[in-house]
Amino acid sequence: MQALTFATPPADAGAEALRGEVRRFLDDEMPGRTPLQRAASWSGSDPAFSRKMGERGWIGMTWPKRYGGHERSALDRYVVLEEMLAAGAPVGHHWIADRQSGPSILRHGTEAQRQHILPRIAAGACSFCIGMSEPDSGSDLAAARTRAQRVQGGWLVNGTKLWTSDAHHADYMILFCRTGAREGDRHGGASQFLVDMEQARGNGLTVRPILDMRGAHHFNEVVIEDLLLPEDALLGREGDGWAQVTAELAFERSSPDRFLSAFALLTEAVRALGPAAPERAAVAIGRLASHTLALRRLSRSVAGMLQAGEDPALQAALVKDLGNTLEQDTVETVRLLVDAEPSEEDGSAPLAAVLAHLVMTAPSFSLRGGTREILRGIIARGLGLR
Amino acid sequence: MSDPLADSAERLFAAHAGKDVIHAAENGVFPQALWDAVARAGFTAALLPEHAGGVGATAAEAMALLRIAAAHSAPIPLAETMLAGWLLAEAGLPVPQGVLTVAPVRVSDVLTLRRTEDGWHLTGTASRIPWARDAAAVAVLAEGPDGPTVALLRPDGFTLARHGRNLAGEPRDTMAVDTALATDAVAPATFGPTQLRAAGAAVRTVQIAGALSRALSLSVQYAQARVQFGRAIGKFQAVQHNLAVLAGQAAAALAAADMATDALAGGLDPLRVGAAKARAGEAASIAAGLAHPAHGAIGFTQEYELHFATRRLWSWRDEFGNEAEWNGVVGRAVLAAGPDGLRPLLTAA
Repeated sequence: MQALTFATPPADAGAEALRGEVRRFLDDEMPGRTPLQRAASWSGSDPAFSRKMGERGWIGMTWPKRYGGHERSALDRYVVLEEMLAAGAPVGHHWIADRQSGPSILRHGTEAQRQHILPRIAAGACSFCIGMSEPDSGSDLAAARTRAQRVQGGWLVNGTKLWTSDAHHADYMILFCRTGAREGDRHGGASQFLVDMEQARGNGLTVRPILDMRGAHHFNEVVIEDLLLPEDALLGREGDGWAQVTAELAFERSSPDRFLSAFALLTEAVRALGPAAPERAAVAIGRLASHTLALRRLSRSVAGMLQAGEDPALQAALVKDLGNTLEQDTVETVRLLVDAEPSEEDGSAPLAAVLAHLVMTAPSFSLRGGTREILRGIIARGLGLR
Repeated sequence: MSDPLADSAERLFAAHAGKDVIHAAENGVFPQALWDAVARAGFTAALLPEHAGGVGATAAEAMALLRIAAAHSAPIPLAETMLAGWLLAEAGLPVPQGVLTVAPVRVSDVLTLRRTEDGWHLTGTASRIPWARDAAAVAVLAEGPDGPTVALLRPDGFTLARHGRNLAGEPRDTMAVDTALATDAVAPATFGPTQLRAAGAAVRTVQIAGALSRALSLSVQYAQARVQFGRAIGKFQAVQHNLAVLAGQAAAALAAADMATDALAGGLDPLRVGAAKARAGEAASIAAGLAHPAHGAIGFTQEYELHFATRRLWSWRDEFGNEAEWNGVVGRAVLAAGPDGLRPLLTAA
């Protein structure tokens, strides 16, 4: 096997100066937000907050200036993401666009697509959803059946997408679907499209809410019946959809949103326990902090590798698997240290509310962005076992 | 990744730290040829500043050498010699050639220095001292009348009350000390027992990362080669997933080793060292618990080399502080920082 290596994250003094700037911004913007609101982390959406981040130049940070970006380093971007997530800032409105849709458009889009969309993402004014999963195609993305057929003046799309987070507000969807025959290669014949959701809703595309077990509405079913997409909606090359989507997922798997989802609970546990907590609690809290520190190191390393143009797909999968495990461990650890029954009802103590929120959302941590089993399969392939 | 120093270390240990050498060392034969080769290559001086006989290597380079030595299960006191040399150099004392080690290594052991008419007198007992029997000198961090004090102790200054070994067969001896020391063998320490413990934890963290990478590569190779039910066992998803978890622990240990290296290069922040040692120790436990089942019975034999790695992991995770001790240190720092100080504490560069 190839030796497993994680490059030492490059030192960047500028990134640490930026950290102070981000903290001052958060000190101004966050005081009114409750612990429960903070616990929602990047699932919490606030378009006004996203616009303010856009004004600061903290979205699309690494993109070229001609597309509204700021040509900052991957580590500068890491600092902003980390501070936002650790504070529980409501970054959901622009999160997917900044993390993966924008980079995909930058990489595969036409000049017109880039100019039309990227500056708006960078301004915090444009949100995306991901049209990948389908009723019979979850982890097995290659089984997707939604099809786009070439017609006069564009493409005619039919099919159903499922578990599409934020399809009910998003400005755009990147739609993964079939455009040709597989011809022996089950990854062949797929393409990606940019769907303008405003135009599509009611014109062949219907968004139906799916409530999660907390009763919250993030997921949707998106039914597509004879949706006509213009010629220029194609993203990248016809037939290259599989390669494009795989690259997109590498961006999705290594960033701090994969290990900080339960940070609000750690914060509330530290508040509730106080400095005189018993040794048992100090050891358990220390363990969560030790894991967090190690994951920061790994995640920053992957950021550096992405910056250097390497392809850290294996490392990204390792970070996500370790990170999701920590997030779920945090919930199980904290509940045994504190005297709180989880409850999000009005009047609940902040700790009880945050605990309840995380108990009920933790199962999603090892689903979204690739299940634990799929990630371990990717790691096994990286080790040379498949 | 091509790194000339690391490449030459890989070649050196591959050539000199074979199975026979490791077995012989466990049976009491000091691996002189291996040690001489390592010393000649300058590895033993890698952590020393140049004015103290160093070779101009960075702390990161020195720790890379140590990680590679551990990956080869090299049965030599490279970590201890580096650590002792560093302790002596920090105090401005001369760094002798040859095998060096440090004392004490257990929290409960104290060596005491008092002034005499013409110098110093050192007394006490120190247990579990690595390679004391082979040492040309011991760097002692003693309790002196004015606080922590470093003493350079020669073999004629102590007796071996017990010849012990850790689970990996590495010498761990008990020293009884009652000796006069000249004034030029004693100097005030720039730090105390807590920092020495942290420095020890840092080097063990790096060693754990090395041994863990070995446990991973052996397990992957074995799963690719061993055929059962008509196919390589590495083709079974259950085996693949266990090895994926093992790889995750190897990655975490590498991150911990990097954190420990940074801490060793500057300040020995107990939070960072503690997090590193605790995380690596946990990784060692999980990884050894997966590498063995991946191998089945062969991994449990003396003949097969997996145990060279796993017995080291089981020893090193407990030396210079286990996970409970160091997570406790980290946890106290986090609780003292409070909810508002938590984020700055963890994200400090």
